[in-house]
Amino acid sequence: MIALLMRDLRLATRAGGGFGLGLAFFLIVCTLVPFGVGPEGGTLARIAPGILWVGALLACLLSLDRIFALDWEDGSLDLLATAPLPLEGAVLVKAAAHWITTGLPLVLAAPVFGVLLHLPAAAQPWLLVSLGVGTPALSMLGAFGAAITVGLRRGGLLMSLLVLPLYVPTLIFGAEAVRRGAAGADGATPLVFLSGITLAVLATMPFAAAAALRVNLR
Amino acid sequence: MSIWEYANPVKFMRTSSAILPWVAAGAALCLGAGLVWGFLTPQDYKQGSTVKIMFLHVPAAMMAINIWVMMLAASLIWLIRRHHVSALAAKAAAPVGAVMTVIALLTGAIWGQPMWGTWWEWDPRLTAFLILFLFYLGYIALWSAVDNPDSAADLTGVLCLVGSVFAVLSRYAVNFWNQGLHQGASLSVKAGERVDPTYKYPLYLCMLGFFLLFVTLLLIRTRTEIRRRRTAALLAREVRG
Repeated sequence: MIALLMRDLRLATRAGGGFGLGLAFFLIVCTLVPFGVGPEGGTLARIAPGILWVGALLACLLSLDRIFALDWEDGSLDLLATAPLPLEGAVLVKAAAHWITTGLPLVLAAPVFGVLLHLPAAAQPWLLVSLGVGTPALSMLGAFGAAITVGLRRGGLLMSLLVLPLYVPTLIFGAEAVRRGAAGADGATPLVFLSGITLAVLATMPFAAAAALRVNLR
Repeated sequence: MSIWEYANPVKFMRTSSAILPWVAAGAALCLGAGLVWGFLTPQDYKQGSTVKIMFLHVPAAMMAINIWVMMLAASLIWLIRRHHVSALAAKAAAPVGAVMTVIALLTGAIWGQPMWGTWWEWDPRLTAFLILFLFYLGYIALWSAVDNPDSAADLTGVLCLVGSVFAVLSRYAVNFWNQGLHQGASLSVKAGERVDPTYKYPLYLCMLGFFLLFVTLLLIRTRTEIRRRRTAALLAREVRG
């Protein structure tokens, strides 16, 4: 599992791996929003939690098709499926690699973008924690969507349609935690729900994704 | 005699062609009578004539959810017992369910405009229905995107299972996110009735009509899918010589 994780990380960080692309996309979203809604600090501060979460979600979505598509094309996915490591484990590792290359940079960079959008300082820790807790669920759900659409030509758009509705609960609880933090309230309740969703997703989704992969590899 | 006999397409075709006219006639009768009766009910003291939208809105919304549950059951039967008719029934039900969702959302908007003063409100029930509609769209899109019919049935089956969990999760998550305008359940087996008998009985008739309408459409569409599968098999045999 560790070897597979290191391999995926190396592939992602080398040239052409698209590492940091999600981060750049996140930056662009956060730059475009003030153009759309106007530069008043009050407005921005009010919508910042939602924008930051939606931006993170879209940045995550952007790189999802990479989880399995390249391995599908060159046949290494077939090797993974026949390897002694259960396919569920391989899926989990793939999702983890996606999170480390996309989710983790987003989490670490989010406070900077929060400053760009005038997010109140009180909400910054909530943003950091809620993204840190929530983005693994985004990667895992994305891996499920990628597994379903891996064999399809032009699967990218379809995958967005399949994956985005699955992101709704994560988004609701994640953004709510930041919003409560911004209002000076205690965001612990949504955060607990968010952690519950992440843990449940990590526990169950590898099986669904592996089942979908087996169908596509048939 | 077991229900699994109908997993045999020939048996299914024979039985369904026998009961189809009866179900269709029942649907027409119930819907016609229910809607006319509903239209002739007196006006509500507060809502005026707009209360009559209920006779379309409530049954459509109910069917939109129930059709998804039926798809879930059919997907499970397909994934566990590999009965093709079951997978085809799930495929056939999805567009009907999507249309029911649209009817519920549209009639809700038309009803909401005079009553709440808004076509759309980000109310938990309304939002959950919109999300359900998105799930229907994704499910239908996935069916049409995969070429191999068995793979398509498998993938949509898995999607239906995961989607069901997340549809329910979203339904309760949106409660957390916003308080709503929409009333809670008015018809309930447990908590007693809160709908006046004047409206209740035509409403029940409409619900029955919508249910029979769904069964009619489902049978017709499943029969079409089976025939399509047969023509594909015949063509493949022809090509092979």
